[in-house]
Amino acid sequence: MTNLVWLIPGLPLIGFTLLLLFGRRLGEPQAGWLATSTVSGSFLAAVAVFFSLATKPPEERVYEITLFEWIPSGELSIGLGFLADPLSITMALFVTGVGALIHMYAIGYMHGDPKFSKFFLYLNLFVFAMLMLVLGDNLLITFLGWEGVGACSYFLISFWHEEPANATAGKKAFVTNRVGDWGFMVAMFLLFFNIGSLKYSDIFSSVIEADALTQTTATGIVAMLFIGAAGKSAQFPLYLWLPDAMAGPTPVSALIHAATMVTSGVYLLTRMNPVLAEAAGWSIDMIWIIGLFTALFAATAAIAQNDIKKVLAYSTVSQLGFMFVAVGSGLYVAAIFHMITHAFFKALLFLGAGSVIHGMHHEQDMRKYGALRKVMPITAFTFIVGWLAIAGIPPFSGFWSKDEVLLAAWNENKIAWAMLLIAAIMTAFYMSRLVFMTFFGEKKWGISEHAEIEGNEEQTETATDSEADTEDGDKHEVTPHESPIVMWLPLVILSGLAAVAGLLNLPFSYGTKHLEHWLEPILFGNEVHVTASGETKWILAIVAIVGATTGVLAAAFVYLKKRSLARQIEHSVLEEAWRFDATVSNFMGGPGRKGFEATTLFDQKIIDGAVNGVGKVTQRMSTRMRSLQTGLIRSYALGMFIGAVAVIAYFVSRMGF
Amino acid sequence: MTFLSLLAASQTQSTFQAIPVLVLLPVFGAIAVALTPNARIGVHKMLATIFTGVTGAISVWLLTAFETNGEFQFISQQTWIKSLGIEWFAGIDGISLFLVVLTGLLFPFVIIAINPKHDHKAYYIWVQLLQTGCMGVFVSLDLFMFFVFFEIVLIPMYFLIGKWGHGNAQYAATKFFLYTMFGSALMLVSIVSLAVLHAQNSDSELTFNLLEIATNPEIATNTSRLIFLGFAIAFAVKVPLFPVHTWLPDAHTEAPTAGSVILAGVMLKLGTYGFIRFGLFLFPEASHFFAPLFLTLGVIGIIYGAIVATMQKDLKRLVAYSSIAHLGFIILGTFALNTQGIQGATVQMINHGLSTGALFMLVGIIYERKHTRQISELSGIQKSAPVLAGVFTLVMLSSIGLPGLNGFVGEFLILLGTFTANRWWAVIAATGVILAALYLLWAYQRVFHGPQNPEDEPTHDLTNWERLTLLPLIVAIVFLGIYPKPMLDRIEPAVDKLVSHIEETIEDGSFTEPVPTTQNRTSFSDLLKETHESHSYDKHGGSHHDNHHDKESDHEDGSHSGDHE
Repeated sequence: MTNLVWLIPGLPLIGFTLLLLFGRRLGEPQAGWLATSTVSGSFLAAVAVFFSLATKPPEERVYEITLFEWIPSGELSIGLGFLADPLSITMALFVTGVGALIHMYAIGYMHGDPKFSKFFLYLNLFVFAMLMLVLGDNLLITFLGWEGVGACSYFLISFWHEEPANATAGKKAFVTNRVGDWGFMVAMFLLFFNIGSLKYSDIFSSVIEADALTQTTATGIVAMLFIGAAGKSAQFPLYLWLPDAMAGPTPVSALIHAATMVTSGVYLLTRMNPVLAEAAGWSIDMIWIIGLFTALFAATAAIAQNDIKKVLAYSTVSQLGFMFVAVGSGLYVAAIFHMITHAFFKALLFLGAGSVIHGMHHEQDMRKYGALRKVMPITAFTFIVGWLAIAGIPPFSGFWSKDEVLLAAWNENKIAWAMLLIAAIMTAFYMSRLVFMTFFGEKKWGISEHAEIEGNEEQTETATDSEADTEDGDKHEVTPHESPIVMWLPLVILSGLAAVAGLLNLPFSYGTKHLEHWLEPILFGNEVHVTASGETKWILAIVAIVGATTGVLAAAFVYLKKRSLARQIEHSVLEEAWRFDATVSNFMGGPGRKGFEATTLFDQKIIDGAVNGVGKVTQRMSTRMRSLQTGLIRSYALGMFIGAVAVIAYFVSRMGF
Repeated sequence: MTFLSLLAASQTQSTFQAIPVLVLLPVFGAIAVALTPNARIGVHKMLATIFTGVTGAISVWLLTAFETNGEFQFISQQTWIKSLGIEWFAGIDGISLFLVVLTGLLFPFVIIAINPKHDHKAYYIWVQLLQTGCMGVFVSLDLFMFFVFFEIVLIPMYFLIGKWGHGNAQYAATKFFLYTMFGSALMLVSIVSLAVLHAQNSDSELTFNLLEIATNPEIATNTSRLIFLGFAIAFAVKVPLFPVHTWLPDAHTEAPTAGSVILAGVMLKLGTYGFIRFGLFLFPEASHFFAPLFLTLGVIGIIYGAIVATMQKDLKRLVAYSSIAHLGFIILGTFALNTQGIQGATVQMINHGLSTGALFMLVGIIYERKHTRQISELSGIQKSAPVLAGVFTLVMLSSIGLPGLNGFVGEFLILLGTFTANRWWAVIAATGVILAALYLLWAYQRVFHGPQNPEDEPTHDLTNWERLTLLPLIVAIVFLGIYPKPMLDRIEPAVDKLVSHIEETIEDGSFTEPVPTTQNRTSFSDLLKETHESHSYDKHGGSHHDNHHDKESDHEDGSHSGDHE
């Protein structure tokens, strides 16, 4: 059954092609169901491949197939090939599984949109590209998927492109990602130069058996790969595009900007673990240091956001930082574990937020929510599961994976652990804030707009914050409602997964670490094992639980009891994410633009000016020699020919002919 | 010598002389149009379509008849001017094959898809003569013959820009003409002195035969470097290479759509093709000597072209500057002087022709609808013309170099080849992909996204006819991105031959470091088995940080180079 692996990306591609040809004729909701069924089909194919791999002994769990040769040139031979192994199938499973649920959800969410079928066209293309990324058997196929998901992300962020802010956000995402892609490309060049192949199996065997990379080279490759990973996975300073990417429809934010695409950086580094093992310590340390900084930085920004999706966006950036800490500490399993649980609970949270936005007629400002649990019971219940998972409350999944990451930090550096713990506490705090503001407290909706509490408060949101209103923006009579079944069913399934996904890798005994054993073969012994004793681990876990509970309680105190404190916490510097984005934008729009303009002026005035100057001088001379001045091109050309002939004549005469 | 035997063989085997037909058929077409009464516009178009179409069909036939090896094929040779040793000597190898096909197909495409606004008769005459010129350049194996065609091309293009162009067309046409004439004059001097010196030093008859001169280089190093520069300046102007590029934006902007498509599709390749066929082949040593200069100019072209493109206000001008960036890539690959680089450059010539040609078509379509090309005056076209926007997006992504579309293949091979030759140039040039995304997406956003201009009437979407004419380009863009192997396979032997020719003539012999081979690698499953044995489950000690200390001895002097044994 492993030979079915090509079907996994193949089905969404077929779906894309069908939608391209017949999408508009299919219309709503058939187009959506077609797209959902192709992704569900590839989920089934992934399950089949998973089982046939799982029934084999661990050292035989790999299957490669090359469909055809893609780019052959000299020593280079790139095949369009797939690699099914524990890591790629794990990725494929949750990409297609979560992907299928989000497709289904989108049928409800995108109801009534004039570009309904086009939306699913892009979604299927995205899933195809994402699966190429994870299933490719060489770096260039991964890069194909890598760029492909970037392009789909661009299409989908700017899906409602009539709003200029959405279009800008899409462009920003693509260009920022390209910075990372540059690193990816240079890493490929370095690998090809030293190994002569971009195929994973060739790279690994050369590195592991032939020791083909010197430390310096490996360090260079890792640094470049990390730039690529940081771009895609929104690490500081390349995270800039992700908060803006929320301009896309919410299912897109859930699928692309939370569950799947943004984790590809983590996947890439995990995949390349044999090369990471050869690199110098500082380059590996850089990975966890940047990850840690990102985790903290984004968590502080998440605290002060009022747009529900922006909170989740910064939260995603922060959680990705957690994963990078795990990768940088050599605990790849912890990174992948957190990636999976995060995919479940973050997709759930985004879809829940989407359900709220849907119910609130495209209102995204949490200050206008409140007490929604009464009118949206299913959304509220499932959201609360997701909230407890991300906050790190046992026994929900997020606790187990975050605990592993915290352990990784502890193993690496005690200060890192402390800082990451602070980030975890902040996570619990800002997520609780979101939940309390949205589902609990007093209702802020259904009241006439002028009577609102924050009537005199400055309107700080930018246009980016609001999704294009497809419905009449009649805010005087907002009547929230529960979402239809196609929307809440995925929520229920995801909340189940978010609750129990911890079972994948429970730390209690050797036998419960399923994920670790499953991934073991492809980590080639590069997984770092935590040295801390059993008691230390228990103490750390308890500290983490206390921390998470503190975060939740603090938020409850502020947002349910003493609202006045909130103003002090939600500082405007935090809301603008330490004004880093603004600084970069100002630089690009200011000196950056000036530089570009100066270059253009240089081209006009100096380079072209010199050419025209020569022309003018010639013309002036010819004006003096009036007899020669005809103004016709023929005479100039003739002149040049005569000149050339004269030069030739000179040459020929000197040669003695 | 092999070439002579092949020549003999081809002359006995094949009675059909494809190349003279390819080159001369459009001339007959032009004559046929000239003999038709002025008023019969439909007949003019039909005649031009038939003649260029048959030329295109023959070029496609060449594709099937071509044998995948590094030799010149379909050779045709006739004495032309005996006293001066000038011959009609033409042939095709893998490097020129696809350019011939592109030339063959692009012209009927342009004739069918784009109608001139006035002076139909003259228009069809000039376009067909232009095809002859371009075709002639790509098949010439005689230096003088090459020069003649290289010059012939100028005249039809001059009239196409000057007569059917818009705005300041006369200025642009004159600038184009004089600029390239200046380069050609230098090349003529170089050609003559090369032939004369070759005859003198080898004590033989005067000949302009490319293969003869290239295989018996008997010219002092310094002299050959000087002569190379004569060629190089002519080609650099034609490419165009920074800093002699300013004729291009003017020519492109003022030219009619057909002129722009042909200019971008075929004519800009005359220079880059010249560099590969004549620059590298005739002067391997000089090419190697001057490679750093041209690599630098190529990188400057990539970055500079992209920066200036970003700030353009006219959509067509923007595409023109993007051409400068793309052609910088081609130069980069050419002067990497290795298989990937030159093969990538050859592929990129075709791909740039397709995607930039298509971009100019689309800009022309927008101009016809909105009567402006000013980016600031356009907005929200995607809303009312989604198909136009979709096609534009696809072509744009191809131009940006998205893997899976044609543009990526050439760009990647070029950068890979450049990296193995001179890594820092490749690292800097690769930043060009960021800038390419910036200028194209920004332009796209301003033109297609955003709200529709309320005073404007909605933009008409592509008509069925336009869709039909764009379809071949779209198919080619997607096909060559997914399955470029047939093209790469046919190009490679000729490139390998050229590369080994260069390597032979360079004294130190190793200017590109060899890349390790991939043979005898352990398969993934064997690797897993082996590592499984060495890292069994209960081994819980090793951290990868420990490995660093073991490897400290391997640390080498600062550079990233891994001396792979």
